[in-house]
Amino acid sequence: MQTNQLILLFSGALLVLGLIAFFMGRAKAAKVRAAGTAMYAQPDQYAWFAALATAGPAVAVGAIGSFALLLMGAEIPTLYLLAGSLVVAAAGMMVAMMQVRPDFHARKAIEKTIRWILAGAAMISIFTTFGILFSIITEALRFFQMEGFWDFITGTTWNPGASFLAAAGRAEEGATAAEFGSVPLFAGTFMITLVAMLVAIPVGLMSAIYMSEFAPARVRTIAKPVLEVLAGIPTVVYGFFAAITVAPIIVDVAGAFGLEASFNNALAPGIVMGIMIIPFISSLSDDVINAVPDSMRQGSLALGMTRAETIKDVVVPAALPGIISASLLAMSRALGETMIVVMAAGMRPNLTANPLEDMTTVTVRIVAALTGDQEFASAETLSAFALGLVLFVVTLALNMVSVIMIRRFREKYRSNNL
Amino acid sequence: MRQSFDEISAQLKRRHRKSARLKWMSMGALGLAGVFLVFFFTDMLIKGLPAFQQAQIQVQVDYNEMAQEIPLAAVEEEVRPLVSRGYLRLIPGRMEDNADLLGTTRMEWVLADGQVDQYLKGHHNNLSASEQAVVDELAANGRAELKFNTTFFSRGDSKMPELAGIASAAMGTVMTLLVTLVVAFPIGVMTAVYLEEFAPDNRFTQIIEININNLAAIPSILFGLLGLAIFINFFGVPRSSPLVGGLTLALMTLPVIIISTRTALRSVPEDIRHAAFGVGCSRWQVVRDHVLPVSMPGIMTGSIIGLAQAMGETAPLIIVGMVAFIPDVSATITEAATVLPAQIFTWAGEPDRAFTEKTAGGILVLLTILITLNATAVVLRKKFERRW
Repeated sequence: MQTNQLILLFSGALLVLGLIAFFMGRAKAAKVRAAGTAMYAQPDQYAWFAALATAGPAVAVGAIGSFALLLMGAEIPTLYLLAGSLVVAAAGMMVAMMQVRPDFHARKAIEKTIRWILAGAAMISIFTTFGILFSIITEALRFFQMEGFWDFITGTTWNPGASFLAAAGRAEEGATAAEFGSVPLFAGTFMITLVAMLVAIPVGLMSAIYMSEFAPARVRTIAKPVLEVLAGIPTVVYGFFAAITVAPIIVDVAGAFGLEASFNNALAPGIVMGIMIIPFISSLSDDVINAVPDSMRQGSLALGMTRAETIKDVVVPAALPGIISASLLAMSRALGETMIVVMAAGMRPNLTANPLEDMTTVTVRIVAALTGDQEFASAETLSAFALGLVLFVVTLALNMVSVIMIRRFREKYRSNNL
Repeated sequence: MRQSFDEISAQLKRRHRKSARLKWMSMGALGLAGVFLVFFFTDMLIKGLPAFQQAQIQVQVDYNEMAQEIPLAAVEEEVRPLVSRGYLRLIPGRMEDNADLLGTTRMEWVLADGQVDQYLKGHHNNLSASEQAVVDELAANGRAELKFNTTFFSRGDSKMPELAGIASAAMGTVMTLLVTLVVAFPIGVMTAVYLEEFAPDNRFTQIIEININNLAAIPSILFGLLGLAIFINFFGVPRSSPLVGGLTLALMTLPVIIISTRTALRSVPEDIRHAAFGVGCSRWQVVRDHVLPVSMPGIMTGSIIGLAQAMGETAPLIIVGMVAFIPDVSATITEAATVLPAQIFTWAGEPDRAFTEKTAGGILVLLTILITLNATAVVLRKKFERRW
């Protein structure tokens, strides 16, 4: 029997059993109550309890069984598993029927079960984090067994080309040995992020200042959602825009100044990425600036300061932790951004300080390593996980610092809406 | 040092000028973002709108026996290079389906080659001078026209630009998002309900909260690595399938749904809970019958926004292999499929210039859907939002 047929059969049988339990439980409870005995719960609650007691353990047994079957390689015939879980369901139904008594708190039992189910759902987000950590770290460790950790961190040549030959057992045929020095990738990532931040921080911060300090309410209600549109455009669209429209413009402009620019220059993805993260900075900064107490503005204006002086010397310094927090969050976005750089930045690892040259980033190499036809166990494929680990650690650190900054701000001004 | 009134008023003027300058500069920054937005949409429209039109030419189609073997023989030699080769290949099949066709000759509007299409739109093309002359003559006689491009919406990917469409990618997107919704919505709402309504304020709850905020900020590509290592390599979910793509996106969307649901639950006033407790409801009954129904609009809005985000996501899907070449519309969630953004990515990498237009056309479709989704979310919120 096929898996989906089995699943269909299992859930069908369970549904029938659950329904039977539900109606039998309700009928029995109704009968007890009709006999004049006071009960702790409503008949419907006994019915729900019976259905839960029937389906719950059976699903658990089925899940554990198939887990063991798939992962531990245990030899359980699937039909036995099916029969076993249905027997458990029947046993659950019997127990539930016996529990339909006046002195049984059916509602409390349901309450407890639901609480556990909800807590289980909440655990999934924890499992996700552990899943990411676990998958990245185990594969990264395999990579570091093949290639030295120190070479990876400090090496300046990234040339994974020959590693797939080594994985295929033909290392001697490769002309050059594979090298995994990640410095050029980090340099490229840093350069593009820098360009993005140079675009996003001034524009985003100034927009936030305009919206919170100068703009009339009507402009604000229009401008905010319009800015949010920038954040809602898919990154693959930005990537196309950067590669097809912005990069040629930059090449032309650079040519007009007598400079030579590559079509995969770092400026185009950097600028477009900066535009993408303007709304992050502007909306977060806007919230923070609005949370600065009005008494500070009034005090400053009462001393005869102009509006600009008030903003520059009072409001912005007060909001600085929040603004820095927003910028750090935006920076971690830029570091992990993938599609824009995959489509618009180069593939060639290039250690240079000139943003008009082509350079590549960590995320580009992750995609390049995992979309080829290499065997999974080759060093090039595994290098993606080592790069992913670095990305994870750096973005996590940025987020943590950002959270601490915003918390400090919040405590200072006792503002609860941040 | 003493200042005269003139000096003081001059200084004051300077300070006020500075103040005005800041106002104009900050307004300019906002304007800059707006100008970019306008530039971006204009550029996409100019590049993408031609994709919704496709050149067709009227030619004599000769359904003879030879055409069954060599489809090229169905049309006259002069216009042979102008007719889409992919279209010609369909002729033998049509003759098999419809036996009456054999032996007849008809004037038909047929799909033109991609190069003819580009020539008629005035773009760069590879047609020779003599071929261009033929097209000009056809156009002068009203036998070559740009018509609405139905192929773009009814067919899957193709290596021939005139036959490439978004149908299979759109189907893939629908299936992937369905998986995402089915997985992420219940788990997200349940987590939010637990954290807001049930959980005691202890270490464990705080860890879950910090963890969810961190998940929301993790780069999306790392979710792709998780999908590859856990779902594909460990659990053996088929690569490139909407199932693995949907699961990966579900984990990514989870924090968005949780955070927006919590906000919605928090905005329900305590009075409602107290009143329900007062008449003897248990905690679950309060949540199920009073808190959840009241906060549903907020939950829906958050979920739609989360889904829209997932719909535009590409990076994690590339990692789990959803950039496959899919010419046919697939029907199940375990078969290889592709999604709209991935299709855009694939086309953007095609060297043929005609694909640039298709890419921008696909982008317009994607943006239209996303804007509609987000507008729905906003309308939903406006319409059902209750201020307490």
